[in-house]
Amino acid sequence: MADLDLNKVEGIYYDVLKEIGNIGAGNAATALASMLSQKVDMKVPRVELLDFKELGEAMGGEEQIMAGIYLRIEGDLQGSIMFLLEEKSAYTLVGRLMGTQVNELDEMAQSALKEIGNIITGSYLNSLSTLTNLTISESVPDLAVDMAGAILSVPAIEFGMVGDKMLLIQTAFSDDEEINGFFILVPDLPSYGKLLRALGVMTD
Amino acid sequence: MAEMIKVGMADLKLCISPDSITTLGLGSCVGVAIRDTGNKVGGLAHVMLPDSTEIKNNTNIAKFADTGVEELVRQMEKAGARRSMMVAKIAGGAQMFSFQNSSSPLVRVGDRNVAAVKKKLQELRIPVKAEDTGLNYGRTVEFYPETGDFVIKAVGKPVSKI
Repeated sequence: MADLDLNKVEGIYYDVLKEIGNIGAGNAATALASMLSQKVDMKVPRVELLDFKELGEAMGGEEQIMAGIYLRIEGDLQGSIMFLLEEKSAYTLVGRLMGTQVNELDEMAQSALKEIGNIITGSYLNSLSTLTNLTISESVPDLAVDMAGAILSVPAIEFGMVGDKMLLIQTAFSDDEEINGFFILVPDLPSYGKLLRALGVMTD
Repeated sequence: MAEMIKVGMADLKLCISPDSITTLGLGSCVGVAIRDTGNKVGGLAHVMLPDSTEIKNNTNIAKFADTGVEELVRQMEKAGARRSMMVAKIAGGAQMFSFQNSSSPLVRVGDRNVAAVKKKLQELRIPVKAEDTGLNYGRTVEFYPETGDFVIKAVGKPVSKI
């Protein structure tokens, strides 16, 4: 079985990965809506295969402060998934969940944020698992609040082991206020092939 | 007018005084700043991974500590810098997440990046004059080849100069 060359992810593979992102993010929005008991709209996600150099700008600057929730993926697929939120969006979300105004991420807010990340990435992965018939489980979430560049260095390093680009799925959720979130799914190299084969778009 | 040159992730560039050079939001990556103390020819590399020989896909030499540092030094020499006059300062190599689940291949990647950069610099006989590495937060760095100042900014921390 030949491994997939990530630099050649184009055409149909790219479209499939994009569609996975679409469905996953849609499910995540639904999960978010039920968690907040309110309607959550989702814009069509933007899916991009970016050079590392372009990453920071895609997030509104490397120094933009963000909350990143990072989980390992285990089972048939191996790798990691990260959900990133702009700082302000993180406050909004945690505030909604706790029913209070949030202006800083204390321990309580941090654990709420981890839980949000857990649920959102969990529903994302669930849809992926249903779609592919692959068993996917996730580890406990880790949280970091820091500059976008610094947080992104972690999945970028993982992508860096297999290629020179990173697949970024940007989703904007909104109710009255826009909540800007990003998903970064990082399957390891053999998992890419597994994923595409399970979906019937790659044969060898 | 002196300009500030920007270096992206997995990237490296030259910088000659009076210009300065920066890279934003270093996490587990390492920023390696080198200058010739005599003619002020400098440069900065933003490396992501320790070892190019461990990875199959290694065409981007700026991505790795070993090949990235070597390439930066090569370009500096081409621009007139002398190896015997070179000194380095390094920053970054943080562990951004606690990785409660240690199956991650990223555990201690920051430390490994720092160690790999130091090893390469030692091989090239370039002394490390100062460093601000490790811990668990991101850093933005600015390097001034004229003075050798390496300015480090982090969220919620005072600006420091090493």
